[in-house]
Amino acid sequence: MVRALVSSQTERRPRLRVVRVGGVAFRVDASVLAMTGLALAALLALSAWALTLGSYRLPLAAVIAALSGSGSDEAQFIVLDLRLPRILAAVLIGPMLAMSGAIFQGLVRNPLVSPDVIGVNAGAAFVAVFWITTRHSPAALPLVAFAGAVVAASIVYLLSWRGHIAGPRLILVGIGVNAALSAATSFMVVRAEINDASRAVLWMTGSVYASTWNDVRTLALALAVLGPVGIALMWSLRVIQAGDLVARSVGMPLERVRLSLILVGCGLSAVAVSVAGPIGFVALMVPHLARMLAGPMCGSVFAFTGVLGALLLLGADMVGQHALPVGLPVGVVTAAVGAPYFLYLLYRVNARL
Amino acid sequence: MVASAHGARRAGRGLLLTRSATLALCAVALGVVALASLRIGSIGITTADAVDALVRYAPESYEQTVVRTLRLPRTLIGLGVGAALAVAGAALQGMTRNPLADPSILGVNSGAAFGVVTAVYLGELTHPLQFVWFAFAGGLIAAMLVYGIASAGPGGATPVKLALAGVVVSSLLSSWLTALLLLDQQTLDVVRFWLAGSLAGRDLSVFLVALPFLLLGLAGMLLLSHQINILSLGEETARSLGMHTGRVRALVTLLVVLLAGASVAVAGPIGFVGLAVPHIVRVVTGPDYRWVLAYCLVVGPLLLLSADIAGRVVARPSEVQVGIVTAMVGAPFLIALARRRRVAEL
Repeated sequence: MVRALVSSQTERRPRLRVVRVGGVAFRVDASVLAMTGLALAALLALSAWALTLGSYRLPLAAVIAALSGSGSDEAQFIVLDLRLPRILAAVLIGPMLAMSGAIFQGLVRNPLVSPDVIGVNAGAAFVAVFWITTRHSPAALPLVAFAGAVVAASIVYLLSWRGHIAGPRLILVGIGVNAALSAATSFMVVRAEINDASRAVLWMTGSVYASTWNDVRTLALALAVLGPVGIALMWSLRVIQAGDLVARSVGMPLERVRLSLILVGCGLSAVAVSVAGPIGFVALMVPHLARMLAGPMCGSVFAFTGVLGALLLLGADMVGQHALPVGLPVGVVTAAVGAPYFLYLLYRVNARL
Repeated sequence: MVASAHGARRAGRGLLLTRSATLALCAVALGVVALASLRIGSIGITTADAVDALVRYAPESYEQTVVRTLRLPRTLIGLGVGAALAVAGAALQGMTRNPLADPSILGVNSGAAFGVVTAVYLGELTHPLQFVWFAFAGGLIAAMLVYGIASAGPGGATPVKLALAGVVVSSLLSSWLTALLLLDQQTLDVVRFWLAGSLAGRDLSVFLVALPFLLLGLAGMLLLSHQINILSLGEETARSLGMHTGRVRALVTLLVVLLAGASVAVAGPIGFVGLAVPHIVRVVTGPDYRWVLAYCLVVGPLLLLSADIAGRVVARPSEVQVGIVTAMVGAPFLIALARRRRVAEL
């Protein structure tokens, strides 16, 4: 029954072809590759468009000139120091959240689970706000936020453990841990000095506003390390989805694989959260979209999920920044769009159960 | 046979005595906590001053002025809101037969908050008598939305579905709220303090506006406690006992919205009181809702005021909003409930 939830009826059925290169054989779904390419092209176009937008309009030619280093000083500053880091941050955070969502949904075999529902974001936020309000060095922020996320996820995991992990219990315990951690976070914000408090509150709204090249470097490093590991683990995830019994009987070191999946999933969302603050519903929504378009989760679909996440988060940030009379943090935009989708999803899952 | 019935009656009388005595004890504790709430704060106040401020108020005394203008409204609001939230939570739990039912989990609190902020933004309403209606409307709509989504499908509204739908509706509403507040600085200024979920700095006039609704809701709920008992036996049993379950359910829901909406209008969204208090109370009362509701009436304010006092003490000289304290204390409750096999596998 639980498995029926993950492989919903709207999921695309894969059409696989086997390609042999020398002694190695790959199963390739050509249309997934095509879709990934298409999404990448769209991402590139959207980024270029985003570079031209803003209170100071730049034509595309000026943007290209600035990128190649031959523009005016003004254009150079606007493009390279202000707009490009923000766009790159969105493009890197989107995949991280989406991939982490895909991992968690697969791991607990429940389409309604995402890192923000089960306390990963709240854990990262708790530690990050502690770090900000006690004025430790911001350079280590991603690292401690990662630690907070892992600890929160382990607490949720341990508290919902009763011989095995049941999806519903995990969700309820996650909601509880979430509430406690957010309360503790607000407690620290209340107690902090006003400057630290406003920095913490700004961080908590979830925005890529004022991202720096430093942030971009952190994000790129994390994605470059964890993304490929995630793709490599997808095969094991599919075996786990067939059930614990099946996974054990094919000789898989179940708990070790599960732990590494949790670490990768936590790591992806925690680093993203530590830079941008909690941006909700991306991790939940994007894997669903990807499965609908490209079929059941596997290595290539996982990569596609990432590209889709980048596209959506950049789009959401552009909507928040340019389409409305005031600039909204991207977290508000994703929640405003993502929450109704989640409710629709919940309604459908309920109706089918 | 007769002897055993007699014995049962005697045991019943013993139980009645124990329950009444415990309730009286709780009432005494509430009195003590209420007095403490008048005394404890950023400046300490003697019992004599606190009592004097109530019975023979001398405006020239600084301490007595503090009690009259700050501590007394705060304590009264704590009494009213605590009772309302606890009773609303207990009634919801009985009616839905769902141990996780609570105005904040069902989205009533955030719905009411959203209603108020919308009213302030669109209608430029500032008087509480005007925006209390929006709190009711928002709470009702949110509760209906959550319940509608959660009860889809043959399983009905199970705890998990309810909690998930409630959490997501709440986060949706709060994101819209953030957007509204960012759009309009003036609205933010009006509702900023109110949104934090606190008993402090509230106007007594707001409380007086909400008081009739609170009293109506509490009285109605106590009158309906027998019906809630029957509803808690399940839909079929209640119907076969000749109850118009639809009508009673509608009435109870209305009263819950009245209680929760009024509390939100007064104190802002405060969570987990409605969840935790009925569970604590049931340890003493058992499942009889006539007793559960009566106890909630006393224990709800007792806990809310204690949480408020704790919030004043832990972060001296500043304060922690009571909503934060109740969430920190109440969340472990939710986790413990979720770990119970019966709940998780519903």
